[in-house]
Amino acid sequence: MVALSSNLLYIAFILYLIATLFFGGAIKSKDQDEGNQKQKTNGWGKIAILLTIIGFLSQVGYFITRWIAAGHAPVSNLFEFTTFFGMALVGSFIVIYFMYKTPLLGLFTLPVAILVIAYASMFPRDISPLIPALQSDWLHIHVTTAALGESILAISFAAGLIYLVKFVDQTKSSKRTFWLELVLFGLISTLGFVIISSTFSALDYKSEFTWLDKNDNEATVEYNLPAITGPHNWELKTADAFEPLAAMPAMVNAKKLNTVIWSLLTGLLLYGLLRLILRKRISASLQPLVKNINLDLVDEISYRSVLIGFPVFTLGALIFAMIWAQMAWTRFWGWDPKEVWALITWLFYAAFLHLRLSKGWHGEKSAWLAVIGFVIIMFNLVAVNLVIAGLHSYAG
Amino acid sequence: MKDSKCECGHINPHGTAFCEACGKDTGEIQDKKNLLDMRYEGSARRSQTYNKSIIDKIWNFFSSVKVGVWLIVITLTASAVGTILPQQMYIPTNVLPADYYKDTYGWVGKLYYQLGFNNLYSSWWYLILIASIGVSLVICSLDRVIPLYKALKRQRVTRHEGFLKRQRLFGESDSLTNEEMENIKRKLKGKRYQVREENGNLLAEKNRFSRWGPYVNHIGLIVFLFGAMLRFIPGMYVDKVLWIREGETKVIPETNGEYYLTNEKFILDIYDKNKDNKAFEKAIDKAGNVVKNYQSNVILYKKIGDAIPGEKPKLKKIKEYPIQVNKPLKFEHFGLYQVDYKLDELNKMSFSLTNKKSEKTFGNITVSLNEPEKKFDLGNGYSVELMSYFPDFEFDENGEPTTKTRIPNNPAFVFKMISPEKPEGEVSFVAIKQNIEPFGDNLYKMTFNGIETKNVSALTVRKDLTLWVIMIGGILFMIGVIQGAYWNHRRIWIQHVKGATWISAHTNKNWYGLKKEIQYVIEDTNLKEPHDQINNEKKE
Ligand code: HEM
Repeated sequence: MVALSSNLLYIAFILYLIATLFFGGAIKSKDQDEGNQKQKTNGWGKIAILLTIIGFLSQVGYFITRWIAAGHAPVSNLFEFTTFFGMALVGSFIVIYFMYKTPLLGLFTLPVAILVIAYASMFPRDISPLIPALQSDWLHIHVTTAALGESILAISFAAGLIYLVKFVDQTKSSKRTFWLELVLFGLISTLGFVIISSTFSALDYKSEFTWLDKNDNEATVEYNLPAITGPHNWELKTADAFEPLAAMPAMVNAKKLNTVIWSLLTGLLLYGLLRLILRKRISASLQPLVKNINLDLVDEISYRSVLIGFPVFTLGALIFAMIWAQMAWTRFWGWDPKEVWALITWLFYAAFLHLRLSKGWHGEKSAWLAVIGFVIIMFNLVAVNLVIAGLHSYAG
Repeated sequence: MKDSKCECGHINPHGTAFCEACGKDTGEIQDKKNLLDMRYEGSARRSQTYNKSIIDKIWNFFSSVKVGVWLIVITLTASAVGTILPQQMYIPTNVLPADYYKDTYGWVGKLYYQLGFNNLYSSWWYLILIASIGVSLVICSLDRVIPLYKALKRQRVTRHEGFLKRQRLFGESDSLTNEEMENIKRKLKGKRYQVREENGNLLAEKNRFSRWGPYVNHIGLIVFLFGAMLRFIPGMYVDKVLWIREGETKVIPETNGEYYLTNEKFILDIYDKNKDNKAFEKAIDKAGNVVKNYQSNVILYKKIGDAIPGEKPKLKKIKEYPIQVNKPLKFEHFGLYQVDYKLDELNKMSFSLTNKKSEKTFGNITVSLNEPEKKFDLGNGYSVELMSYFPDFEFDENGEPTTKTRIPNNPAFVFKMISPEKPEGEVSFVAIKQNIEPFGDNLYKMTFNGIETKNVSALTVRKDLTLWVIMIGGILFMIGVIQGAYWNHRRIWIQHVKGATWISAHTNKNWYGLKKEIQYVIEDTNLKEPHDQINNEKKE
């Protein structure tokens, strides 16, 4: 069952990759004229969405089989949760695709989903037993609904990104081009993390350190990447392993910092290579892909996704979360960092809706807000889990 | 200033931008050229009309969405600051917070503490922010919902030309035949529009209720905030921890002595990779011990009759229940939650009275460490008295024995041993691995015989009478957002003007959907698709 489950996930992953290529084809061969609402999807587009749906079903298969194997819904560690988020992202995309029939949205959403799933698989994939606090149906309902809401909100990011790639003037460099490049660099660094982690894990690189924690107790830690930043008072226990360049104070998690540095370095390298090959900004090279899209339409899609996603997010990330917290922690709200960041995300999207409705923030401003919203969601998903550990923190 | 009469005969309140009934520009507010600002139907909102008295100014301040958004953004930023370092409730309790922040996080921590960010979410300024959002919610909603409601109720089918032309979607075509009009009407009804007619003109409208969504959700938020405030009323909220040992029966705090609880047994289970799901094997190997279950088997009792002071109350068994994490025991308005435990707390110690020379023993005593008895009669003239007992023994600064806490972490005893040889008794001080004879050589001693341990459960005693208010707030909020987000208020006007047929349309959101619907409705007729005039405006 476990093996079947992993294979289904693998198949889904490959299908998403192929579907992305077909979505690319659908754009290229398209006689999409601006403003025409009755777009007919061409052959490429049809194949692309079909592949996406099959991939999605395969991933649903992964989810169900893993559920059966584990005896609980597979959303209980970082790998499972993030994979689920990727699945929800594809599902939300499929629904929104059928509302607006824009293959371009697939070209931007699927790579994000692929990246999310690849990122997820860098974490331990073992099926883990549930500690008592996590043995609750409400927890699973909360986590899945929250991820679903976040994934719908993420569609608004993809649409916002399309808007900006088309809208931002690439003939001269400006603050706008800088920030847009930075967003893309963020995505590329995620890819960097995936590449560097899988490379060293394929090499089976390991180095073990003993170090002194903040209470001056000796602890051990195993690095899977060569150490740039070593832990406080480190002592290398593995022969032939790289020595750290610098030691960190005890309160800094040197291993995680090390991973972040490696990801950024790899990201920079990838980014540099791309710039060398393309000889212009990445966002400028993406521009031809979006030249036929109607800006009003993507703006509408972006706003619509926020409107659809906001209630789902509220229900999952706040209301269901409170119900679970009331049962597991005896109070529905405890100002735990993860809770606070869900509140921040919620407030942010509330501000987004108000600005849009009452202050007329359409188009570009709205697109930037959609991008910032996604950054906040990712921060909650990645940084709060890894850096600010609280009650919810899944990762070790 | 006075109300003004429109040429269509309708009287509009002062401050109206365009006539509530026919839509003719009153010339009071908006400029003449561009698209109409349809957000509140041009209705006269208090905040846009008066700005004289201090009350006007406060009203206008809080009804502004700009202010509302600023409040939200400031709250959001402040909340983020509170997650940079752990809040005081999450740091160890055995150190001074000031020291903890400084020692753990250096000058950053010191500053954080000095600025009061260690208790950010209960600081006065954070509470003021939340309260301001609440006030703003009430005022901004009242400012808008009443005029909007009136304006929508008073709208007429036939609209002024200027109103139609200045809608975002607008188109002109040759006059339609009756047949075509009927066709359109049928299709509109098929799309569940309510169609009203007046002199051959049409107003098709649907989902007006979605306009109330924001106000419903704001009411939900206010109810929620109100519920959160109720907690400060005494008696609404109880948060106590009850430490209870196995075998012990204790009164449940805050129940007025009405309820008692016995802890039968505390259980801690660990996942067993051989017995539990095989799929967990790898994860367990990596993680070591993973806890499967924390459980206290308890019996709940209710007191019957009035207890006479000093006497044990009469108890009636209500139920037996295994309390687990996520499965609290509920009774009346209370919940008992498994939150903590202590394994193997010392519970009983036993000793033998022993003759030091002959090593002969003259009976055993067992001291219950939580409620020790004072006297143990061993027969044949032998007995032991417990003169003093220190559950958590240490020497104070004067070198006198004393106890740190009431918990038997390190028990010590002063015994008086009575024997036929020494009927007046000998004194012996006994602690773990210590045996002191304060008044010189004794004939007898207390030899340590063994211990008995017990587990202790910590249960949170929770009563929260505010929950249902908060729940209603949450439900209202959800109804409101869904109502406002998943439906849109759409209107289509089709009107005969000067031998032509005009079509205008408005929606509060999702123009794409509205356009698609119009395309479908006017298919097979000579009515031309309306233009989206927002594009003209952008180009200007
Ligand atoms: C945490 C606080 C708040 C939340 C979650 C919230 C939520 C919402 C939502 C979901 C909408 C509907 C938006 C849409 O359909 O696009 C809305 C509309 C609105 N909100 Fe709020 N709101 C909050 C605070 C405020 C505050 C403080 C104000 C005061 C200025 C305000 C004023 C409004 C107004 C004027 C509307 C538009 C109503 C309309 O045009 O029909 N909101 N709110």
